[in-house]
Amino acid sequence: MNPRRKKRLLITSSLIVGLSCAVGLTLFALQQNIDLFYTPNEIINGKNETGIKPEIGQRLRVGGMVLNGSVQRDPDSLKVSFDLIDNQAGQITVYFDGILPDLFREGQGIVAQGTLKSSNTIDAFEVLAKHDEEYMPPEVADALKGMDHLKTEQYK
Amino acid sequence: MLPEIGQFTLILACLLALLQTIYPLYGVYTGHQGAIRSAKMFTILQFVAVAFSFVILSYSFLINDFSVDYIATNSNSALPWYYRLSAVWGAHEGSLLLWVFLLASWSIAVALMSKRLPIESVARVLAVLGLLAFGFYLFVLLTSNPFDRTLPYFPIDGRDLNPLLQDFGLIIHPPMLYMGYVGFSVAFAFAIAALLEGRLDSAWAKWSRPWTMAAWMFLTVGIALGSWWAYYELGWGGWWFWDPVENASFMPWLAGTALIHSLAVSEKRGVFKSWTVLLALSAFSLSLLGTFLVRSGVLVSVHAFASDPTRGLFILGFLVLVIGGSLLLYAVQAAKVKSRGRYELASRESVLLINNILLIAALIVVLLGTLLPLVHKEIGLGSISIGEPFFNRMFTILIVPFALFVGVGSLFRWKRQQLNDLKKPLAMILIISTLVTVLFLLVFAPFLTWLAVMGTFLGFWIIVGVVYEIYLRSTHRHSFSKGITKLGNSHWAMSFGHLGLAVMIIGITMTQNYSIEKDVKLAVGEQISFEHYEFHFDQVKGLKAQNYTATVGVFTVKKDGDFVAVMQAEKRLYTVQRMPMTEAAIDEGFTRDLYIAMGEVLPDGAWAVRIYYKPFIRWIWLGPLLMAFGGLLMICDRRYRSKKEPAGVLGDEHA
Repeated sequence: MNPRRKKRLLITSSLIVGLSCAVGLTLFALQQNIDLFYTPNEIINGKNETGIKPEIGQRLRVGGMVLNGSVQRDPDSLKVSFDLIDNQAGQITVYFDGILPDLFREGQGIVAQGTLKSSNTIDAFEVLAKHDEEYMPPEVADALKGMDHLKTEQYK
Repeated sequence: MLPEIGQFTLILACLLALLQTIYPLYGVYTGHQGAIRSAKMFTILQFVAVAFSFVILSYSFLINDFSVDYIATNSNSALPWYYRLSAVWGAHEGSLLLWVFLLASWSIAVALMSKRLPIESVARVLAVLGLLAFGFYLFVLLTSNPFDRTLPYFPIDGRDLNPLLQDFGLIIHPPMLYMGYVGFSVAFAFAIAALLEGRLDSAWAKWSRPWTMAAWMFLTVGIALGSWWAYYELGWGGWWFWDPVENASFMPWLAGTALIHSLAVSEKRGVFKSWTVLLALSAFSLSLLGTFLVRSGVLVSVHAFASDPTRGLFILGFLVLVIGGSLLLYAVQAAKVKSRGRYELASRESVLLINNILLIAALIVVLLGTLLPLVHKEIGLGSISIGEPFFNRMFTILIVPFALFVGVGSLFRWKRQQLNDLKKPLAMILIISTLVTVLFLLVFAPFLTWLAVMGTFLGFWIIVGVVYEIYLRSTHRHSFSKGITKLGNSHWAMSFGHLGLAVMIIGITMTQNYSIEKDVKLAVGEQISFEHYEFHFDQVKGLKAQNYTATVGVFTVKKDGDFVAVMQAEKRLYTVQRMPMTEAAIDEGFTRDLYIAMGEVLPDGAWAVRIYYKPFIRWIWLGPLLMAFGGLLMICDRRYRSKKEPAGVLGDEHA
């Protein structure tokens, strides 16, 4: 091969190797970091689409409405637990140790991210509330469709 | 009456943008000189028309004209005047008006500042910009008109600006970011014009380079501002969340960074040309994609307050047209572009190629992580989220080769580098940067982690590499003190850009590895101490401002018994929207920030409080500022301003 072709071959092959490394690593990292979204009902009865239940110890996200009167606080620390419900039969308990977001309230839709501790309890490391009166994550909105939550209609 | 005039001038601007496309192109293809020259006139008129609209909307905000729907939804008479003004781009309609206004501003800048360019080329560029503007005007007028009225039943007062946006950072963050997004349209227009003309030479790269750099500079500052804002305003002390909307601004930045490096090669050496064109098309396409993602509401994100699904379709269509059209043109025309320069495997060209490959790899990672949840949901596999760990891991891997090459890349010569000549400098850089890393960690690191050692080493590797290269270059022919004054602006630009990256890497490494975050329950009179600091919760007091009331937690902070600061963290309640907001107290420092945010009152009267110690977090934003400063230096380089075309080879050989 003449030097020019050799150079081209090297550059092309380094490109291909680089790209495939990137894609391979990406897929590998993705596999470990995808968090599936569940509603409380789906955690208990399996996903609506596939019927698969989450395994204990799995990382996941759950969205639902905080059941009125279910928030319980530990008197000495920031530990808190509350129940999440949806528009189907599901009800699960979320445990969290930390500061709840400003807009966390009973009767509001929230999303929690954490691991499944038992078939109906979750250890959350993050709790997200909707950001303002109008916005709600679409998944949560779906899970709560038809429920009477505290959305205020102002103008319009 | 005024809003109707604003609407009218907006329609006028839309028509002028169309004329700005058709007439000059007609002139270029028929050789009609008058039509070619008209491009400039139409651009100026279009700018005046849209500027008029923009001023009217701003004025209507200032005088609290709540008969305009957009103002009634996003402003309030109790809002201070500067927030009433920044509320103009506080939501969807106004931010799009800002978008088209900035596009017109970039266009007029191109029209007025391209006296040295052939008039046909300028006409083509302006025509492409006009077409883009036309698309956006249609979008504004058809789906998101900021001048819609609430008449006849208009509200007495407005619903107030989202309290998250009532902040200094948000006055300047969106305009900066948009200047960057929209600025890439100039690089895009230059690329399309070159493809239409079928002529891509070094002159093309040279014209397009300062414009690209300017856009990149704004985008850099815009993203850094956004990160800074998130840090102090969202109340959880994070500086980057890999939120889809952040990713949407990061993707054009990555493409733009690849582009400014690739442009340098195209200008200096006349190679990589078709690749450069592709990057120019990508950078702007990704800006558009970002707009689509943010504005269409398909993504769940902290920015979702400004979204509306019904508008997604229009932008999606526009996106398909622009990306599809430009790629089609590229496919047809790029074959005509020939790169004639030759270079060896060991050369600066190759190093810059590696830089580009790594940047594109990073881009693919972000693109995948952002779009995969969408695809996953659309094909019916359920909702997923791709979390921070994915991005963090990928970038931790990618940054290693990237930083290693940045550190030594500028030592490579164009065309051909004898690797033997690099042995001594490489050994020097390795030894010095290892020493500096060890010293730095001895002073600032309480314990060692593998990642912290790697990150700080990479940072100092770049810094030492840059400084050593400056030393070598300036002692090449002269004494150091004389030689250093002979270095060109663009050499300093490169050095500052790379130093910025190094500073940022060190900042990120220290913050991620040595931050201390405590969420604690504290009652008034109690205190907590860690890392030599003592935080004493003095009292809680009330505060009433124009449009909110607040509970203020007052803390006295001491270090090893010495007074450091009194910090006041606020919990605000914005009265109009009944929305609570956390206003963190931050004690800034060059090597550390102290951060206190009030959580909630607990039933027994104590407070949940976040107390953070964040070492070197300022460096994360100092880095991008240095990069942007580098960009500014490059734009100011003489060779982009001189009236005369410099003859032959350009003075210095540095990119």
